[in-house]
Amino acid sequence: MKLTQGLRMAVMSVLSNKLRTILSMLGILIGVATVIALVAMGRASSNEVAKQVSSLGSPNSLQITISGRGTVTTLSVDEANELEDVTNVAGVAPITSGDAFAKYGKTQVSVEVNGITPAYEDVKDFPVQDGRFIAAPDLTNHTKVALIGVDTAKDLFEEEGEDPLAAVGKKITINGYHFTIVGLLESQGSSLTGSNDEKILIPITTAQKVFQISGVSTIHLMVEDIDQMDAAVAGAEAVLYEKFRGNENAYRVFNQEKAMETLNSVNETMNRQLIYVAIISLIVGGIGIMNIMLVSVTERTREIGIRKSLGAKKRDILFQFLVEAVCISGLGGAFGIGLGYVASFVIGMMMQSDTEVPVNTVILAFAFSAFVGVVFGYLPANKAAGLKPVDALRHD
Amino acid sequence: MSANHTTPLIEMADVTKSYRMAREKTTVLHQVSLRVNHGEFLAIVGPSGSGKSTLMNIIGCLDTPSEGSYKLEGLEVTGQSDNKLTEIRNKKIGFIFQGYHLLPRLTALENCELPLIYRGLSGKERKARAMEALERVGLGPRIAHRPNELSGGQQQRVAIARALATNPPLLLADEPTGALDSRTGMEVLGMMEGLNRAGQTIVLITHDMEVAQRASRSVIIRDGVLSEQERRGGDETDAGAQDGSHERVVQQA
Repeated sequence: MKLTQGLRMAVMSVLSNKLRTILSMLGILIGVATVIALVAMGRASSNEVAKQVSSLGSPNSLQITISGRGTVTTLSVDEANELEDVTNVAGVAPITSGDAFAKYGKTQVSVEVNGITPAYEDVKDFPVQDGRFIAAPDLTNHTKVALIGVDTAKDLFEEEGEDPLAAVGKKITINGYHFTIVGLLESQGSSLTGSNDEKILIPITTAQKVFQISGVSTIHLMVEDIDQMDAAVAGAEAVLYEKFRGNENAYRVFNQEKAMETLNSVNETMNRQLIYVAIISLIVGGIGIMNIMLVSVTERTREIGIRKSLGAKKRDILFQFLVEAVCISGLGGAFGIGLGYVASFVIGMMMQSDTEVPVNTVILAFAFSAFVGVVFGYLPANKAAGLKPVDALRHD
Repeated sequence: MSANHTTPLIEMADVTKSYRMAREKTTVLHQVSLRVNHGEFLAIVGPSGSGKSTLMNIIGCLDTPSEGSYKLEGLEVTGQSDNKLTEIRNKKIGFIFQGYHLLPRLTALENCELPLIYRGLSGKERKARAMEALERVGLGPRIAHRPNELSGGQQQRVAIARALATNPPLLLADEPTGALDSRTGMEVLGMMEGLNRAGQTIVLITHDMEVAQRASRSVIIRDGVLSEQERRGGDETDAGAQDGSHERVVQQA
């Protein structure tokens, strides 16, 4: 018997008994759909994590937090700027932060105020959309100028009936000090540390005066070569170790990449467990196919007898039933992929995140479903092939 | 005509078939010897339980003898593998079963194509041969019908066409009229006579003496023992042909 003929015969048999086919492929269909939906969900959450982590700063950034424990508790702006000498460090942005009340007209909001240097723009990649950024003279002259985040601008000005986008030039008070807004920041959305758009940036020297603090609270570093991140971390740590006289508790170097790795590994563990669940459901689907095929062999014993008496060899029957099983599971796999896509789309809508269906998962799920068909189709097919024509013909 | 072949189509010598059930051994066929030449129309007659179904299974290579030798066109069947038997069935034997044994989901044409599929013929040739066979049994216009859309007689004719499609040297019919009313049954028998006149060797298994009368030669099987039967007469039209075969029967007996 020719291969194509065998395939045609099996497909015809699969199509001619629609209810049986649908019922037996249901297990595989659900299994494959589950795999795809779960993987898409996993991808969505890892994309989410990546987005949040990257919103902490670009992946080539390092963050140093000064907690101020020990004998030396502060690090001055100049000392912080010395970190620029560490190899592979392209930019340093020291920051002081504090909470303050900003007031415009009768509206008052509580807001995070960061004191920054001009380097902040490049290091944090956080430019203004209107007006100008804080410049070096602002620092030397302790000018009272401010950059305002879009959300804070909205909070402050919308209540007073002003257009928040026309914030530049307006005068506000921060903790009672008069400030002039010179720039409106770009919108950056929110991250793990909260909204980036609810903040006011002022020159670091001004901030030290307003908040009456001398040091910096955070330093952002920009690394030149992302592959040599570890070297930069080590270099920065060495400098800090010296500054704080060996008190390692006084500072913490936060590595963007490390954080991402940790979060991703958590994600991966979760994804792997989802896949195990999906594989189990595929195996259960395979057992379903085996059951139906076994019933089908009994039901079609006479057909098998007729075929054998007309010259169907053992391998012809084996092939026919095996192809039928693979057809059913393959069909289930194909529909499962469709359903999985739909499910991942719906999940994406509901979770409001970008679900993503990787092509290799689709291929893998389909191949696995076909493989399940072969494995679980073999037993029934072998049973059918082994029937004796005499006995099979006598069967009713 | 195939009757000119020197080797007989069927040559059985001391064929015994026994089954082992539980601990008891039941012998169904006792040293059966049978010789059928090309072009013969042989009826094997026997009541139910006589072992005629077993004999037919052995003749049809659906089963193998426990002992003895069975040669089909000179080829020893005893001891052949399952695959080889299948091949022999496909090439040499056309089956006509009592219950038609058509596949219900296939059309008449597809049913006739089935043995040709297993022989590995191309689609075009299969179709041509199946069509030809269906034309021969007078079902040309009904090739696209499924078995449940055909009458019993028509279904049996499809079965005959399926048996003929492979051009087998032997047509093996197991109670071909069993499920038909007597008129249709006679029609089917008439068709088989016609095929025999055209040179087709036919072995017919039946319990009905009247049906067996239509064959040119009859053997009786009773309790697993085969015996030749003298003919009491026949149709005038077939007299010539029957006389010839009758002589051979006498010689063999």
